[in-house]
Amino acid sequence: MAAILVEHLSKVYPVAVKEPGLKGTAQHFFRRTYRHVKAVQDISFAIEPGEVVGFLGANGAGKTTTLKMLTGLIHPSEGSIRVAGYVPFQRKAGFLKEITLVMGQKQQLIWDLPAVDSLRINAAVYGISDRDLETRVGQLAEMLSLGGKLTQPVRKLSLGERMKAELLAALIHQPQVLFLDEPTLGLDVNAQVSVRDFLREYNQLYGATVLLTSHYMADITALCPRVLVIHQGELIYDGSLEGLVDRFAPCREVEVELAQSYTPEHLATYADLESIQGQLVKFLVPQESLTRTVARILSELAVIDLAVTEPPIEEVIGRVLRSGAVV
Amino acid sequence: MKGIQRLVRIATTLLSVYYAYMVEYRAELVLWVLSGSLPIILMGVWIQASQTGQFALTGIEFARYFLAIFFVRQLTVVWVIWEFEREIVEGRLSFRLLQPLNPFWHHFTSHLAERLARLPFAVVLIGLFFWLYPQAIWVPTLGQVALALVVTGFAFTLRFLIQYTLAMLAFWTERASALEQFSFLFYLFLSGMIAPLEMFPPLVRTIAEWTPYPYLMYFPASILVGLPVDIGRGLLVMTGWSLFFLLVCRWLWRKGLRQYSGMGA
Repeated sequence: MAAILVEHLSKVYPVAVKEPGLKGTAQHFFRRTYRHVKAVQDISFAIEPGEVVGFLGANGAGKTTTLKMLTGLIHPSEGSIRVAGYVPFQRKAGFLKEITLVMGQKQQLIWDLPAVDSLRINAAVYGISDRDLETRVGQLAEMLSLGGKLTQPVRKLSLGERMKAELLAALIHQPQVLFLDEPTLGLDVNAQVSVRDFLREYNQLYGATVLLTSHYMADITALCPRVLVIHQGELIYDGSLEGLVDRFAPCREVEVELAQSYTPEHLATYADLESIQGQLVKFLVPQESLTRTVARILSELAVIDLAVTEPPIEEVIGRVLRSGAVV
Repeated sequence: MKGIQRLVRIATTLLSVYYAYMVEYRAELVLWVLSGSLPIILMGVWIQASQTGQFALTGIEFARYFLAIFFVRQLTVVWVIWEFEREIVEGRLSFRLLQPLNPFWHHFTSHLAERLARLPFAVVLIGLFFWLYPQAIWVPTLGQVALALVVTGFAFTLRFLIQYTLAMLAFWTERASALEQFSFLFYLFLSGMIAPLEMFPPLVRTIAEWTPYPYLMYFPASILVGLPVDIGRGLLVMTGWSLFFLLVCRWLWRKGLRQYSGMGA
């Protein structure tokens, strides 16, 4: 049975519309008009237990709305959802004990008290015994390198420490399905790496299913073999990360350092020119003619050095998200 | 049995954590206690008035009544509508909804914990008043005190239920606190905070006694100072209104959740 099963899911929001100026304000006050925004349109997918899936999309594409429906926070306009065998919006206790949602820009910990107080509340609410609480906090704190920080007021923690404490609080009931919305938002590189390592370890240790949104492609490449791409509320890709890159970026970048200068016209006879900086030239070469083109460059031009690379994944994903092209 | 143990653990944990939260800012707590001193100011006004005219209560009785009102108000003050509205507008309700516990209990226990935190300051203030104005000292019977405390607890629950019900409207209006500001007008006059119900015209008093407002302050304060009140009818009216608001609140909660959009979260 799939851990997450979504069929023909849609969400439509009414949004009040206001014209600018005094006339618009008066109209808005006396006769408010609304337009209906389709935040999510007819999306379907299934995620198996233990899978880690990246959920990609530009701002406003419908990622967070989908996550809110999957966690039972908002009611879908159409379609059906099963998460861990439950219908999320019914918010049954069994369902709530199986899931968690971490939002990078929001916090559940009580700001003025040490995190350990919020953990005590969570333990009581989820029915975790004091002994289990101690064991779990010890284990998670070690995995997150949070020793000693849990007894300091949350407001005194650094952003990275706070995010780790949020993760700990969100996972103290050992949920099987994790919804993570930008969990590394605003963190420095070291903190990002340690959160990523922790999530990987948690997934391996507990076999938890993870659906992750992030604008940091490093999170996605490090954790998610599979990605879902959403554009303007529609699911435009569901498959492996490599597949997305291969299909959307069927070119390789060939960077050549030359011993002498050639005219751009001459260089363009080998492949599409991406850039020329003195004697450093970058070509964009289709994958199918890569070997042939590289052999020609090496035999016909005075080459000092040559390197073949894939275009950066951020660039590929950025192109997908901008264009919304169905791959 | 296990269910009861779980509930007791949740209640004690929430109370102890929210108590810690409330005492984190001590100066703020004192200021909140002092901000509820409107009855003390009105006491001065009515004592002055009683010296120049014929009223149902004497100056000393006014002093005791408003002191009791001050005490009851300290134990029944509620601000849940502002908290709930902010949770809706900022989307912070989402975290509460993710837990297998109705958010009502977080708010209710945090209010109870605040009572425990502010009580010593309120008692000190009352002690200070008696030190300055010893003629006002009176000793209620143990029965009076016990009954007044039970009724005050009931009054707090009813006041909380009324405001929490209005707070549910934040699912639709996002400015539900405006309704509370409006209803505060009725609360102010009909609860006995401005004047004891004995000072009202008979018709207004009769109408007021069927609303929940007099039972939120006038009723428990009167029991404490020994003013004549119909205890049986009072408890019955309070029970009726509590059940009414409980049902409306639950209905609005279920409807409201369908409206919730988790703004900003």
